[in-house]
Amino acid sequence: MLDADFFRRWMLAAASSVDREAERLTALDSPIGDADHGTNLQRGFAAVREALEKEPPATPGAVLTQAGRLLISKVGGASGPLYGTLLRRTGKALGDAAEVSEEQLADALRAAVEAVKQLGGAAPGDKTMVDALVPAVDALGDSFAAARRAAEEGAVATTPLQARKGRASYLGERSIGHQDPGATSSALLIAALAGTAEAGGESGGE
Amino acid sequence: MRMLINVPETVVADALRGMAAAHPELTVDVENRVVVRRDAPVAGKVALVSGGGSGHEPLHGGFVGPGMLSAACPGEVFTSPVPDQMVRAAAAVDSGSGVLFIVKNYTGDVLNFDMAAELAEDEGIRVAKVLVNDDVAVTDSLYTAGRRGTGATLFVEKIAGAAAEEGAPLDRVEALARQVNEKSRSFGVALSACTTPAKGTPTFELPPGELELGIGIHGEPGRERRPMMTSGEIAEVAVQAILDDITPRNPVLLLVNGMGATPLLELYGFNAEVQRVLAERGVPVARVLVGNYVTSLDMAGASVTLCEADEELLRLWDAPVSTPGLRWGM
Repeated sequence: MLDADFFRRWMLAAASSVDREAERLTALDSPIGDADHGTNLQRGFAAVREALEKEPPATPGAVLTQAGRLLISKVGGASGPLYGTLLRRTGKALGDAAEVSEEQLADALRAAVEAVKQLGGAAPGDKTMVDALVPAVDALGDSFAAARRAAEEGAVATTPLQARKGRASYLGERSIGHQDPGATSSALLIAALAGTAEAGGESGGE
Repeated sequence: MRMLINVPETVVADALRGMAAAHPELTVDVENRVVVRRDAPVAGKVALVSGGGSGHEPLHGGFVGPGMLSAACPGEVFTSPVPDQMVRAAAAVDSGSGVLFIVKNYTGDVLNFDMAAELAEDEGIRVAKVLVNDDVAVTDSLYTAGRRGTGATLFVEKIAGAAAEEGAPLDRVEALARQVNEKSRSFGVALSACTTPAKGTPTFELPPGELELGIGIHGEPGRERRPMMTSGEIAEVAVQAILDDITPRNPVLLLVNGMGATPLLELYGFNAEVQRVLAERGVPVARVLVGNYVTSLDMAGASVTLCEADEELLRLWDAPVSTPGLRWGM
């Protein structure tokens, strides 16, 4: 079973990962976006970390709902509402339970990814975060490690695609040949989840 | 790249502090990033709120004041503001007559304003929204995020703002804003990329002797790259791209807009060419505005926006306006 502390460590791990990879995310966002994806996510996850360090919420659902709300309030752009919705919906689906099973988390994430698809209007193959998230939640039934692999492969597989959503879509064929920054950061979030699960209960998420 | 800044992290806050110092007729909330006309809420008047990423100045904060916007929400550079800003702005300017959100069609702006509209309605504020999507360079709306909002935003904010100032109700102000957007088309050209403070290097590489056609206003590359052309040749391409899409039957409002780093000397020369081409195509021009209004940081280049205007739109265009960026008749 996964408790609030697991989710707190997942969010802290995600924040550290975004810090580490911020420059790479921004670099990916340069040729097909406006070179700020890393900076924007960093601002959002810094707020998530600060809130968790001050007073972590008591339930898994509350940890994710709070994180989602903070991302919506701090990130801006499309990433803020999309990542905010992903975490908020996952948190809401987990309800008030003090502990949740891996299966419940997988179901909650699947529902949240549907909400993200609906909000952004993106389908798999549009070269967006959906291309990492959909294979990840499909694989989550097997294991966290499988989900991480699927997300990373999904992100890499966006490279030959032509963008159909978001700012990269204005480039038409010129968006081909670049890995999507949103799919890349989505894979980081899933990797942080897998890393937290592998680290187990005793070691921190940092 | 040398910039007149302190550190990249504070450019937006620094600009807002400076704006507050320069314009006592505005209330600038630097911390919460909201620019409001000082006399808001104005009793019985519909309020207009817009916003978007910073880097397009004077859009939107420079268009706050009598006859135009009630409030603006500046985001980070080229990043949509967040719902909290928009809800705060709406609450500050709503007189009970409702608020119109003017939203440029970019994924981030649309998502954040949608969320803000829901939150504002929860607080009992009546909200209507109008999307601006005038950029004809985005030809394939089905397989993209749709046409971008660019120069027409100025026309929408000015004309809807004038109607609101006259006391028109929310549904009328919204309908006028929608009409202006539907009657407007734009096309932009870049002679250089721009440099965001956070990145510090140009957003794309444009080799010497080439230009980029069909750009947006976020330093994103355009649809096509061509060998450098003369001002007259660029005017032909821009006007033709617009007239391929609309055939104005009435005289037009014309905005010849600089992207930020093109001198007025060049913009006026470009305006002469644009008006020559329009005359050759039989499109009469009713009003002209030339200058840097919807910019893209330090990008060199220009955009052309046409809005087919009937008597009513012309009258509202001519109505008095008093903002940092646009001022006449008062």
